[in-house]
Amino acid sequence: MDLVAILGAISIFTAGLTLAVGAGAVGLAEGFAVASGLTSLAQQPDEAGSISRTMFISLAIVETSAIYCFVVTMILLFANPFWQYAIEQAAK
Amino acid sequence: MLEIYDKQVAFYLPYWNIPVNWTIASTWIVMVVLMIVSWLATRHLKTGKTVSHWQTAMEVIVKGIYGQINEVTKSNVMSYLPFIGTLFIFILTCNILTIIPTFKTPTASLSTTMALASMVLVGVPFFGIKNAGVKRYLKKYIEPSPAMLPFNILSEITSTGSMAVRLFGNVLSGVIIGSICMMLVPFILPLPMQVLGLFTGMIQAYIFAMLALMYVSSVHADEDGNKSAALPEKPFETDETL
Repeated sequence: MDLVAILGAISIFTAGLTLAVGAGAVGLAEGFAVASGLTSLAQQPDEAGSISRTMFISLAIVETSAIYCFVVTMILLFANPFWQYAIEQAAK
Repeated sequence: MLEIYDKQVAFYLPYWNIPVNWTIASTWIVMVVLMIVSWLATRHLKTGKTVSHWQTAMEVIVKGIYGQINEVTKSNVMSYLPFIGTLFIFILTCNILTIIPTFKTPTASLSTTMALASMVLVGVPFFGIKNAGVKRYLKKYIEPSPAMLPFNILSEITSTGSMAVRLFGNVLSGVIIGSICMMLVPFILPLPMQVLGLFTGMIQAYIFAMLALMYVSSVHADEDGNKSAALPEKPFETDETL
């Protein structure tokens, strides 16, 4: 295998791994957050506005790490900074 | 396949022959839409029993944003309303216009979201100094102890930067899921994905505005309106609500 093939294979494998870990862990964490949010919503329905606003904002903050994983995946797949180097090495 | 709108040239400026990429072009489209709508809506403002439909819609929007800000800050609502409302309405319009085919939404580009986040980054000291004075604002950075100074400065930058990446990632993922579905099953399946994208877009506009509001209103004057004087030291916190 030449350098380009190795780099492509590693990039795709790492992209899949990144999304798997990021989406899995963050999905679990958001599930916990929503579960406790719904519990407190059921206990105090009068505070529905405040609870749901805080829940959405904390969900967004938790979700940030999954979004980072997604952005890294997109960079690995479509804008890999090492492609140019690999192609230059292969051309030699 | 990745939609990099920064690199796709929309048209050339006629006289100077300057390339204009799709991010800027679609931002201009959104700006024109917003300007026309607000010109139409604020044309015949009046009070009384019968007002125009446009004015009613505007009042609903402004009153909704006012209520949301009032729930968070409890005071000084009108000083935050223009900034937060502009962010919310701009991002909401960008995200809603994604349902128009071939419209390249500007929030799916990191340049736009970074620009919005840097507005928030400038807004934090602006509103902080306006509300609490320079001394009280600068005191925030050495709040637990002066050793935390670099981390406080770092967290100021990274929290607004993460706002930008969050908005960009959410919108971009919606766009990419839409285009992948169009490639695989172009008949029915893209529809629920687009609806999900609309929902995510609205939630993200709300969250961006709310987080911006929380960051810019994080420094406020103490209870008795004491602006720049140092806080009186309390021996321990007593919870008076109990």
